[in-house]
Amino acid sequence: MTVADAANLHTFVDALQFIVDRPGFLATKALEQLALSGAALAIALAVALPLGVALGHLHRGSSVAIAASIIGRGLPSLVLIAAFLTVLGIGFVNNMVALAVLGSGPILTNSFDAVDRVDRDAVEAARGMGMTDPQILRRVELPLALPLLFTGIRVAAVTIVATAPIAAIAGGGGLGDIIVNQASYRLSGVLGASLCVMLLSAVVFAALTGVQIAMTPRGVRRTRVIGEPQRREL
Amino acid sequence: MNAAAEITFDHVTKRYAGRDAAALDDLSLEIPAGAFCILVGPSGGGKTTALKMVNRLIPFDSGDILIDGRSVRDIPVVELRREIGYVIQQVGLFPHMTVGENIGTVPRLLGWPKAKIRARCGELIDLVGLEQSDLKRYPAQLSGGQRQRVGLARALAADPPLLLMDEPFGALDPITRFRLQTEMRRLHREVGKTVIFVTHDIDEAIQLGDRIAILREGGVLAQYDTPDAILAQPADDFVAKFIGEDRALRRLALKRLSDVKLSPTNGADQQPRVSIETTVRNAVSLLLETKTDHLLVEDDNGQVVGAFRFSDAGALL
Amino acid sequence: MSVLAAGGPVIPTFGKGSSCVTGDHTFCWDWVRGHWHDTLGPALVQHIELTAIAVAIGFAIAFPLALLAHRFQRLEQPFGIFSALLYTIPSLALFQFLVPFTGLTVTTVEVALVAYTLVILFPNITAGLHSPPEEVLEAARGMGLTRLQVLMRVELPLATPAIIGGLRIAVVSTVAIATIAAFLLPKGLGYPIFLALKEPTPFKTEIYSAGALAVALALSCDAALVGLRRLVVPWASKGVA
Ligand SMILES: Nc1ncnc2c1ncn2[C@@H]1O[C@H](COP(=O)(O)OP(=O)(O)O)[C@@H](O)[C@H]1O
Ligand SMILES: [Mg+2]
Repeated sequence: MTVADAANLHTFVDALQFIVDRPGFLATKALEQLALSGAALAIALAVALPLGVALGHLHRGSSVAIAASIIGRGLPSLVLIAAFLTVLGIGFVNNMVALAVLGSGPILTNSFDAVDRVDRDAVEAARGMGMTDPQILRRVELPLALPLLFTGIRVAAVTIVATAPIAAIAGGGGLGDIIVNQASYRLSGVLGASLCVMLLSAVVFAALTGVQIAMTPRGVRRTRVIGEPQRREL
Repeated sequence: MNAAAEITFDHVTKRYAGRDAAALDDLSLEIPAGAFCILVGPSGGGKTTALKMVNRLIPFDSGDILIDGRSVRDIPVVELRREIGYVIQQVGLFPHMTVGENIGTVPRLLGWPKAKIRARCGELIDLVGLEQSDLKRYPAQLSGGQRQRVGLARALAADPPLLLMDEPFGALDPITRFRLQTEMRRLHREVGKTVIFVTHDIDEAIQLGDRIAILREGGVLAQYDTPDAILAQPADDFVAKFIGEDRALRRLALKRLSDVKLSPTNGADQQPRVSIETTVRNAVSLLLETKTDHLLVEDDNGQVVGAFRFSDAGALL
Repeated sequence: MSVLAAGGPVIPTFGKGSSCVTGDHTFCWDWVRGHWHDTLGPALVQHIELTAIAVAIGFAIAFPLALLAHRFQRLEQPFGIFSALLYTIPSLALFQFLVPFTGLTVTTVEVALVAYTLVILFPNITAGLHSPPEEVLEAARGMGLTRLQVLMRVELPLATPAIIGGLRIAVVSTVAIATIAAFLLPKGLGYPIFLALKEPTPFKTEIYSAGALAVALALSCDAALVGLRRLVVPWASKGVA
């Protein structure tokens, strides 16, 4: 295959044809990818969210959060997936763990930041009126931290879904299987699967943004939800 | 606890970690139940520190603080704080809750039934001079003065016998501050709670307090007495400087013509007239302004009850 | 398969080499030493090239664009949303998407990498330009500075920390994303990893050494930019990542 025929824009027509021809197959692959992503996100949430929230509540460990954000960004997904593969072997578990590590960065950083930044006067008022620490967390800090905290979750989710195709190289399955296997699916298949991957990421992004807008408390709804560029990573 | 609590500071000392100077040095203070006690002094005098020790937001090193004879250390901290209203300058309203939800926070923590909380909110919003419709608004939609009114209502919600206030009006413009000060005095008369009120503004202290504790740098108590007694006899140079050289006039501002032994009048007099509720300071000002030697004082019904002269003012001091 | 065909036989198979290599032990220094010149070194240089070009072009586009958006503020929201959406596009998919236009070339890779740096740099530069408080701008205007002077003497200097912050994120992310280029081209630190994964059993030493180089490259670029910031903005020494 040469550059010359690659440039042929008819490949896009072929790619669309590929999608139209095999909706069931692509849907199965997409679900595979979502299952892997969901499992990875669940693990990342279970580990990073309580840690970030606890550190934020205590106003301790900002260096941990900053390190998490730098390491989160600086760790190439391919390196992570390859490294875990050598330890955990090929397949679902390896990819799930690698993607979970990747997703933990933004979750940890943002949940720390979100809780750490909650207006100290509101927290002092809450403590002064006799709220216990769990009550302060539940009634004051978490509701106010929610928008930023959810941004972290959204960034993590999009990062994981967007990285999942790379996991195909380590037996992760999903739409990536088609993208890395041009020998079987030809360029039309690779391109068709790529378009599906883009669509999938965009849907996840849009859905989570919608959820985020809906769950932001009304009293603090002025924060812009889309485009917190400082913290975005892939 | 009773409707109003009696507070005792018993040789309380506090030194923050890593600092040589004490923030509060052997403070002893008796605040009778129902008093409006002001802690006043220059910035860094340990006022905030003293206040926050009462609800144990700051621990103290030695000595003790008693509420109705019971050490604050013997009361579980959460229970203690729920029985004390707390108001700070920055207010600290919860931005994600409506005014009503903010006010109802402590009652909710205490497990009051919903109907009772709603009724209480309605009552308090009147008490602090806001509209019932404000209950549905969010803090971001309120002015600074309105926010502080909500903060006050929130602190009063569970009817605590003690109210701690840390420069609550410090961030407000003079007109709003004056209005809130006036209402705060009315409110204190109506609800009859013990109030400990921190300010660095001596005027505010004199206007509001029935007892004033003056703290100097290093957290040392310089003088503790009624405003009148402090103005009449400052304990030392520091206090004298702090209350200002016009202390005689300030004292007169605390008194009304009803406190004065008036001179008799002589029949059909054309002198300016003033109400018996006028402060002596304002009456003196009027004497100077109108360049006369006496004013006619009338009661609520417009009946002249006597004359006021310079010498009558002097007799008060 | 195009990728492997493009690659050629660079990587040793398990048949040759020391017992460490043939046994695929955890880490074989002798392999790293033996293949620094034909594998790791060139891959590192290519990786630096890919990153440097992408960030340089990205900055050259983002900076004037941000100035424009700063001047005509109505442009900013659409740019911002477009950026956020673009960043959700998985890199692997974006590379493939560009192949029909530009083929399996460095251009394809760079176009994608530049797009990602734009998405990071543009909002950070705009945010930086917005950072001076209104009263500072008012004071500047009150002293009689023209709009251009306000930009040059107040807004740009005060935006520098945010701009460098954006560069940090852009460089570090680009180093990471550039590893994905290996799916298209035999270039960068991703390529040795990619090939190691294609072995019957993944070759650990190659994965670890190339991976470590990529991470080290990202961290040293980040550290260099932190140093740069300390140099050019001494007033904002305490920074957040
Ligand atoms: N958390 C703290 N840690 C260390 N020192 C403090 C702390 N809070 C207050 N201080 C110091 O204690 C002294 C009294 O402070 P504060 O009670 O806030 O005074 P005031 O309220 O009268 O202005 C000051 O010198 C202040 O710097
Ligand atoms: Mg204070």
